[in-house]
Amino acid sequence: MTAQPHRLPEGGAIDRSRPLGFSFNGRRYTGFAGDTLASALLANGVHLVGRSFKYHRPRGILSAGTEEPNAIVQLGSGASGLPNLKATRVELYEGLAARSVNCWPGPWFDLAAVNGFAHRLIPAGFYYKTFMWPHRGWHLYEPFIRRMAGLGRAPDGPDPDRYERMNAHCDVLVVGAGPAGLAAAEAAGRSGARVILADEDCPPGGMLLGSADAGGHGEATAGLEAMDNVRVLTRTVVTGYYDHNFLIALERVTDHLGPAAPAHLPRQRLWRIRAGRVVLATGALERPLVFANNDRPGTMLAGAARAYVNRFAVLPGRRAVVVTDNDSAYAAALDLHRHGVEIAAIVDLRPDGDGTQCAEAREAGLNILSGHAVIDTAGRRRVRAARVARLNDDGSLAGTVSALPCDLIAMSGGWSPAVHLFSQSGGTLRYDAALRAFLPDVSPQAARCAGASNGAFDTASCIAEGHAAGAGEPGAPGPVQPAAPVSWAVPARSRAGEARRFVDFQNDVTAADIELAAREGYESVEHLKRYTTLGMGTDQGKTGNVPGLAILAGTLGLSIPEVGTTTFRPPYEPVAFGAIAGRDVGPLADPVRRTPLHAWHEENGAVFEDVGQWKRPFYYPQEGETKDEAVARECLAVRNAAGIMDASTLGKILVCGPDAREFLNRVYTNAWDGLAPGRCRYGLMLGEDGMVLDDGVTACLSENRFLTTTTTGNAARVFAWLEEWLQTEWPDLEVYLTSLTEQFATVALAGPDSRKLLGALTDDIDPAPDVFPFMAWREGRVAGLPARVFRISYTGEVSYEIVVSAGDATDLWAALMTHEVTPFGTEAMHVLRAEKGYLMIGQETDGTVTPLDLDMGWMLNKKKDFIGRRSLARSAMRDPMRKRLVGLRTEDPATVLPEGAQILAEPPSGAPETMIGHVTSSYRSATLGRSIALALVKGGRDRAPGTVHVPLDDRTVRAEICDPKFYDPEGERLNG
Amino acid sequence: MLLIPCPWCGERDESEFACGGEAHIARPPDPDALNDAEWADYLFMRTNPKGSQRERWCHTHGCGRWFNVERDTVTHRILSVYRMGEPPPKDAP
Repeated sequence: MTAQPHRLPEGGAIDRSRPLGFSFNGRRYTGFAGDTLASALLANGVHLVGRSFKYHRPRGILSAGTEEPNAIVQLGSGASGLPNLKATRVELYEGLAARSVNCWPGPWFDLAAVNGFAHRLIPAGFYYKTFMWPHRGWHLYEPFIRRMAGLGRAPDGPDPDRYERMNAHCDVLVVGAGPAGLAAAEAAGRSGARVILADEDCPPGGMLLGSADAGGHGEATAGLEAMDNVRVLTRTVVTGYYDHNFLIALERVTDHLGPAAPAHLPRQRLWRIRAGRVVLATGALERPLVFANNDRPGTMLAGAARAYVNRFAVLPGRRAVVVTDNDSAYAAALDLHRHGVEIAAIVDLRPDGDGTQCAEAREAGLNILSGHAVIDTAGRRRVRAARVARLNDDGSLAGTVSALPCDLIAMSGGWSPAVHLFSQSGGTLRYDAALRAFLPDVSPQAARCAGASNGAFDTASCIAEGHAAGAGEPGAPGPVQPAAPVSWAVPARSRAGEARRFVDFQNDVTAADIELAAREGYESVEHLKRYTTLGMGTDQGKTGNVPGLAILAGTLGLSIPEVGTTTFRPPYEPVAFGAIAGRDVGPLADPVRRTPLHAWHEENGAVFEDVGQWKRPFYYPQEGETKDEAVARECLAVRNAAGIMDASTLGKILVCGPDAREFLNRVYTNAWDGLAPGRCRYGLMLGEDGMVLDDGVTACLSENRFLTTTTTGNAARVFAWLEEWLQTEWPDLEVYLTSLTEQFATVALAGPDSRKLLGALTDDIDPAPDVFPFMAWREGRVAGLPARVFRISYTGEVSYEIVVSAGDATDLWAALMTHEVTPFGTEAMHVLRAEKGYLMIGQETDGTVTPLDLDMGWMLNKKKDFIGRRSLARSAMRDPMRKRLVGLRTEDPATVLPEGAQILAEPPSGAPETMIGHVTSSYRSATLGRSIALALVKGGRDRAPGTVHVPLDDRTVRAEICDPKFYDPEGERLNG
Repeated sequence: MLLIPCPWCGERDESEFACGGEAHIARPPDPDALNDAEWADYLFMRTNPKGSQRERWCHTHGCGRWFNVERDTVTHRILSVYRMGEPPPKDAP
């Protein structure tokens, strides 16, 4: 392990007694507990950490926080690999292994850096302009561009980590634990309010951690932790502000522990917080200055340089040039100077910077060059010198250029209040020309900014504002330090230099790109963003956006407020999908519903099919059977003997009340007036648009009580649909709905032997067809169990649906299994019903199919109104060329058409073909010894007899249009 | 995420509710009296105001009751809540 040559012997908030070994791009280094990956790299003299996105230019560490655009790293590999983390936000742990992204073989020597030499050829909009030719040529270029672009590698397997979601409520949420946030939390806490204080860093302190006068915040934190009504969440970034004061925060619970993380803790925790009011003490983000080659490693924000030396006791350089257009960088220069960094010069763009810290710097004997600018840098993978020139009053270059040798350029282009969350809350912003910043204006929500996020930049004002905001008192505006009107981009001496003045470091957007986009007409800031990708990186332009839009304004001759900002959108910081999903993954992603007979199905080898959330037996393969063989055996058993099927998943709704019959009349297409107790009727339900919604059989239990069945997948939807009409449209109807789906189990007994079998199982129900006809139901005991037996059929055979209490289902099934019956699954049921031409909701219907399309006009009662009736009267609904239900017989009886296949009237003659319909259901019918299919075809059976063509991948299949009732069209078996 | 005051259960998260679109669109008592355009207007056409809008919500994962909400479509502020069949409050802010 190497020493840390750039670490100060003392000071800083690091623990020198706990050295931590880590690796970067395969090389081993040492840092200390309390370090971030960025500070540990700087302690080891590593400035070059990656390559830029487009030109693959060498890049170093720009910031010390969440705004970092350059130092993007990949942690780990494989399924647990974490792409695109900011080195400035990764806390160091023993064994951490990080790599650069977007460079190969490494950041020191990157092959794609050839792009940098060609950068004049890759201006804004390059891809839009270049890869338009030849027509349809994009697929030729895309693989190469994709390989060149992109940052980290996505994990290649399921996330092995565990995540949690938490719901929390509070009276006051304070975001940010700098001086303003700490004061706000304390004031709110003392008032007795329930307070949550969330800060992305650890420990709390915010800007105080990086300033020379650190301390004080420790006491404030301790005071907060002593209050029972205050919860302090560290390492927790509030990342989204939604409606009605609902905020999302991400807590990194064990990220900082690495492999030493205790197993009982989740990696991250997503907090869903509903707050009475919100104090946003989110601070401010420093802006870079825009000059030629301002992206050279060793160039960093002045506040970041200050934080590294104060908080982490790291020297980011030995000889620094500080360049600024405001007073704040003087404090950085003084702190660097105090810790032994030689200050080559403080270059101040303003003609006369004269704040108190300027005076202090002068007193300390620092060399101040007022009215000067850094106009270029020298060096390759590390800055070697700053080129400095004097500025004229209009911002143009004057006089000679001198090179100041240095290994650090600390720059400050002013500060942008972090108004992201305020803006997400729906708040408007106003531009403050004196501060040269967008400040929060008015929010429609109970949100209030305090401290630097509100434009108050000195600690005393921050504390005062925070206190007032926390206590809910009106705040007094702090003193405003006016900023001199200086230009937003320093001119360069050459065109090459002009093109290397970076504004958005992550996406390689330069001042020249913005000027070009403006010349090409992208004058709206939203268009500029999309055309140049300004602010569209993982850092969302936290540093570069304001300079970028200021340069746009300058080019267009507009004021900055006229140009405005792009919309701030959540998340403030990227959130892993795993954290959003929480525990709702794998088997917990969606509830699984099982029938009371599920265990039997499982023990007897059923293959299951998902129908909605239900698990239904698809078929029961016997030893050595394929799916087709099993389904054929089950179908033939029902046609020739008897089969039983678990139909418990069908929705069951009890409809009762004096107006129940009238209600059924309104929601079903057919009439219910004549349905006597003991009888059942098939019903069809439409939407108000006339499209088929659901179907099922309803039994009259007594004059005012009906039991309605729905399809398995639609049970909840139909129940909600009926409730909606009752509650919102017909509150005058006295009807009560009760879902009984899970209270009862249903076993369908079907086949020519079923009557004999039912007779053997019951003493008090006479199955003789003259006393128990088709579409009747009887109550009695089956296998000794209280049961209702419905003589209805979906298979075309004599069939009984035996309904018992859910708890009796296994006894009933066991009793049936002592007889000669074959259990059959849903696939056999599908085949049997298709042989009869019965529709299946969701298969033959898709929300665009009317009863007329299904040749079910006979189901439409003409003497009453019902939902959807008026829509069917529209002339378009009676157009004979609508797609209507037909049967299809393939020319070759062995060919089974794929469901969803498109149908043509003529053999294919080359795209575009005119499609006349599609296959909705298709099976191999063992009963008929051939394939059958149902289809929706324009013109329907008006085309019969006729041939249609079904183009498949490798051939075209010919098929005959026919009656969809393939089997027993007269229904003799059913009624027998 | 909205915080919706259900008239029966009190304030609950939006995720417990389903929105049923614009309120006070009564089903015509005699659909046959409407021509196709008028029927289409009832069926499909909805106002899309900027500002106050009355809409129906159902507390699907709570009491299951439908009710009316008057909401500002710009700020998402809920101006009033009233039960089915009740007239809308006359002069909401």
